Amino acid sequence: MTNLLEIRDLHKRYGTVEVLKGVDCAMRQGEVISIIGSSGSGKTTMLRCINMLEEFQGGTIAIDGQEIGYETAGGVRRRKPEREIARQRAMTGMAFQQFNLFPHMTAAANVMLGLVKVKKMGRDEARTLAEKWLDRVGLLSRKDHYPGQLSGGQQQRVAIARAIAMNPKLMLFDEVTSALDPELVNEVLQVIKALAEDGMSMLIVTHEMRFAYEVSSRVIFMNQGRIGEEGNPREMFLKPQTERLAEFLKTSTFN
Amino acid sequence: MTYTLNFAAVWRSFDLLLQGLALSLGLALVAILAGCVIGLITAFGLVSKSVLLRKAAGLYVTIIRNTPILVLVLFSYFALPELGVRLGKIESFVLTLAIYSGAYLAEVFRGGLIAVPPGQREAGLAIGLTEMQIRTSIIIPLMLRNVLPSLGSTMISLFKDTSLAAAIAVPELTFEARKINVETFRVIETWIVASCLYVATCSLLAALMRAVERRLAVPR
Amino acid sequence: MDFGFLDQLWVARIPLLKGLGVSISISLLSIVVGTVLGVFVGLALTYGYRPVQWLVRGYTDFIRGTPVLVLVLASYYVLSTVGIDLGPFQAGVLALAVFCSSHVGELVRGALQSIPKGQTEAAKAIGLTFPQTFAYVLGPQALRQALPAWVNTAAEMVKASTLLSIIGVGELLLRTQEVISRTFMSLEFYFFAGFLYFVINYGIERFGRYVERKTAVPS
Repeated sequence: MTNLLEIRDLHKRYGTVEVLKGVDCAMRQGEVISIIGSSGSGKTTMLRCINMLEEFQGGTIAIDGQEIGYETAGGVRRRKPEREIARQRAMTGMAFQQFNLFPHMTAAANVMLGLVKVKKMGRDEARTLAEKWLDRVGLLSRKDHYPGQLSGGQQQRVAIARAIAMNPKLMLFDEVTSALDPELVNEVLQVIKALAEDGMSMLIVTHEMRFAYEVSSRVIFMNQGRIGEEGNPREMFLKPQTERLAEFLKTSTFN
Repeated sequence: MTYTLNFAAVWRSFDLLLQGLALSLGLALVAILAGCVIGLITAFGLVSKSVLLRKAAGLYVTIIRNTPILVLVLFSYFALPELGVRLGKIESFVLTLAIYSGAYLAEVFRGGLIAVPPGQREAGLAIGLTEMQIRTSIIIPLMLRNVLPSLGSTMISLFKDTSLAAAIAVPELTFEARKINVETFRVIETWIVASCLYVATCSLLAALMRAVERRLAVPR
Repeated sequence: MDFGFLDQLWVARIPLLKGLGVSISISLLSIVVGTVLGVFVGLALTYGYRPVQWLVRGYTDFIRGTPVLVLVLASYYVLSTVGIDLGPFQAGVLALAVFCSSHVGELVRGALQSIPKGQTEAAKAIGLTFPQTFAYVLGPQALRQALPAWVNTAAEMVKASTLLSIIGVGELLLRTQEVISRTFMSLEFYFFAGFLYFVINYGIERFGRYVERKTAVPS
């Protein structure tokens, strides 16, 4: 059986600065993997390569056996056509640190946009599905509210509904609680936890160590553009094998 | 001062002024609509990743912004025929004003485009929209809301620029006013009435734009 | 462009240069007069008594709602009718100055109002009188704020100076038209005039950018 996600020797440079120096990672259907590490370790960049928000210069990323973003023909590596990349992006869903809801659309319209434009769904069907997912994140009553009328936690839940409604094979969470006031963090984490229990495959970049500990089937510690250590959360957090991880865990707070 | 105000002669020609105003508005409407299309395309050129597109768009904007519109109007009406481009007065003027307004609107739109946070595009990409879909459903609607105030004042100033059509004898408001001035010698009355028509129209346009702004405002 | 044009340009150099001189005089005069007027307009809009504010607001709104060409024509025709005998040059400059004053007025008002209230309060707190506050605190800040836009207004005035050709002032555009009526080289000479205007305005624009960089408060 092929892995859901397979990253091989991923290299990414910004100009001359190499931020990913050969990352390998495989992920099975239904896994929940948290990616931790200090800022600048490359964890967000890695996530953004998976849906081609960042270009990468070396290595391959495959989802369900399909190579993402690039194709190699006759030894020449070239970017796939935009339309193809757009289609591949729809295989993953992403939630952002800054929510990035479309401010001129209601919560329901935010969720519907991709369904109508990308999935070519009829508006009625899209609306029904949007309402179902807004209900799942506990915000059906706010479906006609605009993002500006919602709290940060509510906006992030709508953003998650928007991503998940597209029925992605894999969900990417990029520090989704970092921009939230502390009292709003939990409602968002609860939504993610519920998705994990439903068997959603998820890659979660996070600073919430307790959450990572509780929700993940595996944890990846990124260090200076490489995977520093990985394993199940219990072993990782209780018995770190490397100096770096031990150091990192010491400076992080569990709460 | 032996001059006494007497509006009778001007009122008799009021229809002419109104017709002139209607033509002014018509010229402005067509030119600005075309200008918006030119401006939008140019604005995307100005913020494009391609150096060539940026330079080309920038050159167009710089040339137009630094050339007096009267020179452009005269150039297209009197000089373009030498290049084989023969247009009627009205067509020539509308074309000129469209190209002229395109440059100013491009700057307005550019400002609005760079004010749209990059996260909006990324969120669109993440749900699988193409760049074109992102432009039409997300970036342009947000950009328009950003620029409405300056769009309004640009439109008003372009409407006023239709007065330049008088220089090539297009019978718009200023041309008619000048004609009435010469025919009736009711100089002061004519210009008071003509200015008031312009001022009233500008205020009306401003009020209209404010209404549109309120209408489109994103609730928060 | 062939030798014919260059020959004709050489023949016409004196009237064209004179026209350019007139264009520059028109622009400079209207900018200077318009700016002086405009500063008063701006001060009245910001600090004037209510009735004064309304009056001046009416003035600027009326001027800004009227096309410059209409101001020029009205100034030219109306002033002579009421017995103020100005030539087209003076009437035109007056119209442009009035136009300029409404723009500068708005600039000054905008700049003064953009200064946070705390500045005035801080000045009061250390015991400055209003004239002192204006001279040392508000004025300098407003100047920084308004200067780049003011330079752009100058470019507007150069462009607007072409409108005086319509009332027969012998500035660059009118001289160009006269040359064209003699040589029939409309393409070349309009292009040439347009190029001259472009060079002047582009220079002003660059200068405006420079001023903008210079006046930016270090932060």
